[in-house]
Amino acid sequence: MNANQDISSSKIRSLDYLEQLESEAIHIFREVAGQFERPSLLFSGGKDSITLVHLALKAFRPGKFPFPLVHIDTGHNFKEALDFRDELVEQIGEKLIVRKVADTIKKKHLTEPKGKFASRNALQTYTLLDTIEEFNFDCCIGGARRDEEKARAKERIFSIRDEFGQWNPKLQRPELWNIYNGKINKGENVRVFPISNWTELDVWNYIRKEKIQLPSIYFSHEREVIEHEGQLIAVSEFIQIESTDKVTKKKVRYRTVGDMTCTAAVESTAATLEEVVTEIIATKTSERGETRIDDKVSEAAMEDRKKNGYF
Amino acid sequence: MDILRFITAGSVDDGKSTLIGRLLYDSKSIMIDQLEAIEKQTKNKEEGEIDLALLTDGLRAEREQGITIDVAYKYFTTPKRKFIIADAPGHIQYTRNMITGASNANLAIILIDARNGVIEQTRRHSIIASLLGIKHIVVAINKMDLVNYSQNIYNNIVIDYAEVAKTLELQNVTYIPISALNGDNIVEKSKNLLWYEGECLLSFLESVEVQSDIDLHHARFPVQYVIRPQTDDLHDYRGYAGKIISGIYKKGDSIIIQPTGIETIISKIEIGGVEVAEAFAPQSVVLHLEDDIDISRGDLIVKKDEQLQVSQEFEVLLCWMDTKPLQIGSKYFLQHNSKNVRSVIKNIEYKLDVNTLTKEFNFEKIGLNDVIKATIKTASPLAFDSYKCLQANGGAILIDETSLVTVGACMIQ
Repeated sequence: MNANQDISSSKIRSLDYLEQLESEAIHIFREVAGQFERPSLLFSGGKDSITLVHLALKAFRPGKFPFPLVHIDTGHNFKEALDFRDELVEQIGEKLIVRKVADTIKKKHLTEPKGKFASRNALQTYTLLDTIEEFNFDCCIGGARRDEEKARAKERIFSIRDEFGQWNPKLQRPELWNIYNGKINKGENVRVFPISNWTELDVWNYIRKEKIQLPSIYFSHEREVIEHEGQLIAVSEFIQIESTDKVTKKKVRYRTVGDMTCTAAVESTAATLEEVVTEIIATKTSERGETRIDDKVSEAAMEDRKKNGYF
Repeated sequence: MDILRFITAGSVDDGKSTLIGRLLYDSKSIMIDQLEAIEKQTKNKEEGEIDLALLTDGLRAEREQGITIDVAYKYFTTPKRKFIIADAPGHIQYTRNMITGASNANLAIILIDARNGVIEQTRRHSIIASLLGIKHIVVAINKMDLVNYSQNIYNNIVIDYAEVAKTLELQNVTYIPISALNGDNIVEKSKNLLWYEGECLLSFLESVEVQSDIDLHHARFPVQYVIRPQTDDLHDYRGYAGKIISGIYKKGDSIIIQPTGIETIISKIEIGGVEVAEAFAPQSVVLHLEDDIDISRGDLIVKKDEQLQVSQEFEVLLCWMDTKPLQIGSKYFLQHNSKNVRSVIKNIEYKLDVNTLTKEFNFEKIGLNDVIKATIKTASPLAFDSYKCLQANGGAILIDETSLVTVGACMIQ
């Protein structure tokens, strides 16, 4: 029987949108494996990087990942996310490299940020660049999506960074068809974003479809929070509580998982994936707008950080 | 639910950004905080109207200059489809960016300002769409509100554009009169355009059939990576990982490895670790073969008895994408799917005027955004199809040997 006869039969051979996105991401993972000598996967413990790990399993099993997971640890993590990270790594049997921002601060005499929500978010860049240098990584896979933010909407799937880790939005390589040019000169490295074309809802729908496990803080739980400019911030040792702050106990969940200093919670009773997805569909605020304190600073906040070497 | 990838071609003046903003806004894909952010930036607000164009320009330089420089990708979903918009700049100095955006598009929206009709830019965008082989064209005749929703004006533009479409052999051309600013015929049929009998833009985008754009007749599988666990229990496991770019593969199929020409049989197909009887484009799979043969990244697995070209010399239509001019006789890396070979541009037949389609046989140099017909010779044989017949196996990029930047897009003839 040849292909033509098959097509005339009633068999449906088409992929739905999640299958298409999955296949595209797996293709990108395998391009990394085929093109780079020392790649790495940046793993934050959030849902996007957990999705990346799931996709990498599909791309490379029964083989090992051709890269280690790398966690740039700010020291301001949610404990649940760290525990989850360690369990996941043990379960899949892959290598994890952790480098701590606190060590970079000490070694390089960096200035700790001050203020109410003193975030080490910007300092992560130093640790990241040092780690790239330490292991000579020529490629770092990341979970950024283009729907997150306007500057990211312009970034290529294979995004070249210069010796200083900088992104130059005006000198991006044209990226045609599904052909990715990962050739680089010494000192440069490539950031690769396999889920560039996924939206937040696509990720959630995929997690639901594939029954991917997530840290518990993505689901409703009780937590002590303060309210700041309309956002709920978890009480922790990393933020300064002032006498004017009102600490309350609320049922919350996290829509993104970043540092405790710059990630806000949303009030929610959604305890299952089904319920979380339903809430995300109904939401009227963007993921970054609702949950990230750091992006509100300036219109070009992300563009500036990326130019400096940020993920 | 599937995905439609489309490109919007036009300049800011044609209302391109407003159109995208309108699609996102009316399909409720814009969130409150994003609206607040653009409301803050909207200058000279009239009657509380916000500037929808501000939703699309992502870089500081673009906002400052009020132009689109690079391709931005935007996403929205309706209950029927997920949409990926490649929002590309329209000016001639950004032709390479438009080509980049067009390379993955199922459909192109060509915007025409109803007051100006078919202009040079319309022809250029249509020529690029035809070069890249975009299968569906929507001609959106915009700013109908500024011509009193005149059916006559619309009809005349349709007649003019039909000529362009005929010359370029464009298929599946659909005309829709719209006003992006007012939302006429965007997500709902407009009461101002009752004489128009077709669908509104969004309904058309939701229903246009694109599944048949994927070629399921010619089976092509470029090997990306070889999976060899080399553990005790999987000692003999050897899987060829890649994405089927076209066609269907089944267990038991006789296949040929190109360009070596070695024949063997598919012994197993896996998707995400699960064995399947068959797989089709565009699935990412792992193929296992009956014989132990030397296959590596860049090899192409095709079904036996299929015709494709295997050659070291071929003609291409080439868009030059670098500020450094092209040098005849210079060597470049050529990347064709997962294969990377050294190549040289041997000969240039003509330069194509992308505004008029005129072939220029006398030219001084080939610079940024020029499109040429050239002959390329590669250091080792390449297994390819002509871009026209099988896009997925007929496109390649050229990479500068020292800067390593992507400098050219080739459509193999």
